[in-house]
Amino acid sequence: MGLEAALGDGYLTTRIDTLVNWGRSNAVWPMPMGLACCGIEMMAFAGPKYDVSRFGSEVFRFSPRQSDLMIVAGWCTFKMAHAVRRIWDQMPDPKWCIAMGACASTGGMHRSYGVVQGVDNFLPVDAYVSGCPPRPDAVIHALMNIQEKIKTQHSVLLDA
Amino acid sequence: MSLPEFFQNLTLDLKNKFSAAIQDISDYQGDVLITVSLDSIINVLTFLKNEHRFIYLCDMVAADRFTSEDRFEVIYNIISLKSQKRLFIKTRCSEENPTLPTSTSIWPAANWHEREAFDMFGIQFEGHPDMRRLFLPEDFDYYPLRKEFPLLGIPGSLPLPSTTPDSKA
Amino acid sequence: MHPTTKIVEKGQPLFFKEHQESLYKSLEDKHTTIEVSDDDPLNTRMILNMGPQHPATHGVLRVLLELDGEVIMKNRLDVGYLHRGVEKIAENKTYQEFMPYTDRMDYLSPYASNVAFCLAVEKLAQIEVPDRAQYIRMLGCELARISSHLLWLGAMVMDSGAISMFIWTFREREKLYDIFDLLAGHRFTVSHSRIGGVANDASPEVLTMMKDFVQNLKSEIKGWYKLLNKNRIFFDRNRGIGPITAERAIELGLTGAPLRATGIAYDVRKFEPYLKYSEMDFEVPTRLEGDNLARYYVRMEEMEQSIRIVEQCLEKIPKGPIRIDNAKKAYPSKDEVYFSMEGLIHDFMMTDTGVCPPAGVECFHSIEASKGELGYYIQSDGTGHPWRLKIKSPSLGNLQVLENVLDGQMIADTVVLIGGLDPVMGDADK
Repeated sequence: MGLEAALGDGYLTTRIDTLVNWGRSNAVWPMPMGLACCGIEMMAFAGPKYDVSRFGSEVFRFSPRQSDLMIVAGWCTFKMAHAVRRIWDQMPDPKWCIAMGACASTGGMHRSYGVVQGVDNFLPVDAYVSGCPPRPDAVIHALMNIQEKIKTQHSVLLDA
Repeated sequence: MSLPEFFQNLTLDLKNKFSAAIQDISDYQGDVLITVSLDSIINVLTFLKNEHRFIYLCDMVAADRFTSEDRFEVIYNIISLKSQKRLFIKTRCSEENPTLPTSTSIWPAANWHEREAFDMFGIQFEGHPDMRRLFLPEDFDYYPLRKEFPLLGIPGSLPLPSTTPDSKA
Repeated sequence: MHPTTKIVEKGQPLFFKEHQESLYKSLEDKHTTIEVSDDDPLNTRMILNMGPQHPATHGVLRVLLELDGEVIMKNRLDVGYLHRGVEKIAENKTYQEFMPYTDRMDYLSPYASNVAFCLAVEKLAQIEVPDRAQYIRMLGCELARISSHLLWLGAMVMDSGAISMFIWTFREREKLYDIFDLLAGHRFTVSHSRIGGVANDASPEVLTMMKDFVQNLKSEIKGWYKLLNKNRIFFDRNRGIGPITAERAIELGLTGAPLRATGIAYDVRKFEPYLKYSEMDFEVPTRLEGDNLARYYVRMEEMEQSIRIVEQCLEKIPKGPIRIDNAKKAYPSKDEVYFSMEGLIHDFMMTDTGVCPPAGVECFHSIEASKGELGYYIQSDGTGHPWRLKIKSPSLGNLQVLENVLDGQMIADTVVLIGGLDPVMGDADK
């Protein structure tokens, strides 16, 4: 603590990683890929009762270029999978993904020819939320897990 | 059987005009279903629309009977708003030649219903202005709702996107 | 004339190449209802793709627009981005096992879809439902209609620009979620309706909550009327947009509130009354103009009529059983299952084999869901699985009309029109 003692009050020393990750995790702007019924729960999660903007996700940016978290909510068909992947590719790094609901995680109750059995077949998912549809509290829990992941597992060195 | 009066008059009228084409008339729990032969289906439907004012096409159902003859059947669900009655007309077609004449000239609402029947069963409609698949992409080669198509699909029939992004895009 | 090969030549990675080519070709070939001249010497026409992911298309809907400046010359819709083959799944499940799938189709008013399916199966298998169950189902249906219209209102007004309306209607929806949570155990995709009745009884607490909710909703609706009914911006955005005449609506197979906004008073609750609607006193609101503003008025008045029906149901609901007692036709109650051997065996047989309607029969039943006429056509082969289950979905019919109505409108009106016709893609894509 020699440096801090020498500098006196009004100064704080930290690592760049901690500072940047603190900023990133508390301002996670989601890109809602609201496909089906989980999309309605995602709207409720952004709504007045389970307000997610108090966690920093103030705006739901529908533009992939301005967001850093993609929440895939609902079952993804083979036809839609290409569009979802294109949007994922358009998001700038660093980016994370939540597979919300049983249908996005594993195909859910829809075990048929049209539905991709889990978006992790073509997207790198960071958090899976179970439920059909999951309560908004569960999605907030997933968001908090992503915030933990950013704080502990991410580093500015990866950005280079 | 004891049909309500409106339907008794209607079936008498139909039998007078198209005696050979009407194959069967059944009534289950209030739903009156009339089976018509394939070659006179358009005449029967036009007659019902013009003379008996069945102007609203509610739905078209295609089904697979999985029999060796007359495999597919199509059921028209039509409503007469003037008399406040609903009627079902059924017709059948074979597997070798699953073609029906289009009813888009009678009711333009049949457009997407016929596309859906084509998409799911492969039933062609002659004279349809836009015969394409409705739900599945054109690259898909199968007709999913036929009984021999497996529920989980055929692996590889619908490709997944590649996980390595294209460098040119 | 712009060729369709322009899209392919750019060297972009194309998925489903044949599909895109046939789609663009059919856009070119479309015979539209407005005057389109073929010569375009300056090549000013542009094809805009309002893709499957878009903040304002309610769900995953793709609209291809050929634009001349801001006016839409031709358009084509591409649906199927949410198609999962529910009708094929139904052929492998018993009737009761299929219940959760009906929830996820029209996911804005799931109780109504449950009830529609139950009514169709009960008609097919000739099952009578006790009165208390019918009243509980009616309450659920009307509250689901209110819930769906609240979301419609919030989304449509938010798409026109007034974003805070969304928050207000969601506050009311949260109260409805609490009611459904207490009644059925889940916030909105309840599978409360069972074949032969309902799953569990409605406690007096839930009925009091419903009564308080509708009382409060009346004053909320008055507040929204004050905001929107004399609002110049709302009128300018909605009046005269997407007009449909009554004859055209019938030809194209329009259903639900947009049909009533063109002047035709077709409501399945009055056409073929089901549950106890023949004993309820309510009106079917209609308008004559057929434009977007008329659809707004019709839906607001429908919400008020729903409140009226809910109040009447709450007064008239009788005491009694909530499921019929016949072991071949409905699940036994949980008390019987836990405490008697026959109950256990009956429960097992119902789960394993299910309700078996007579072989070779087919029937159809429809209800007035919030989007329009939702119907199920079931063909039975005598086993517990349906042979063919066809869902008459109101949103698919309304989307077909959208394709016809968009020609000649401005591009900014697409959003408002989609909001006015209110399709739900889970229902349209089955």
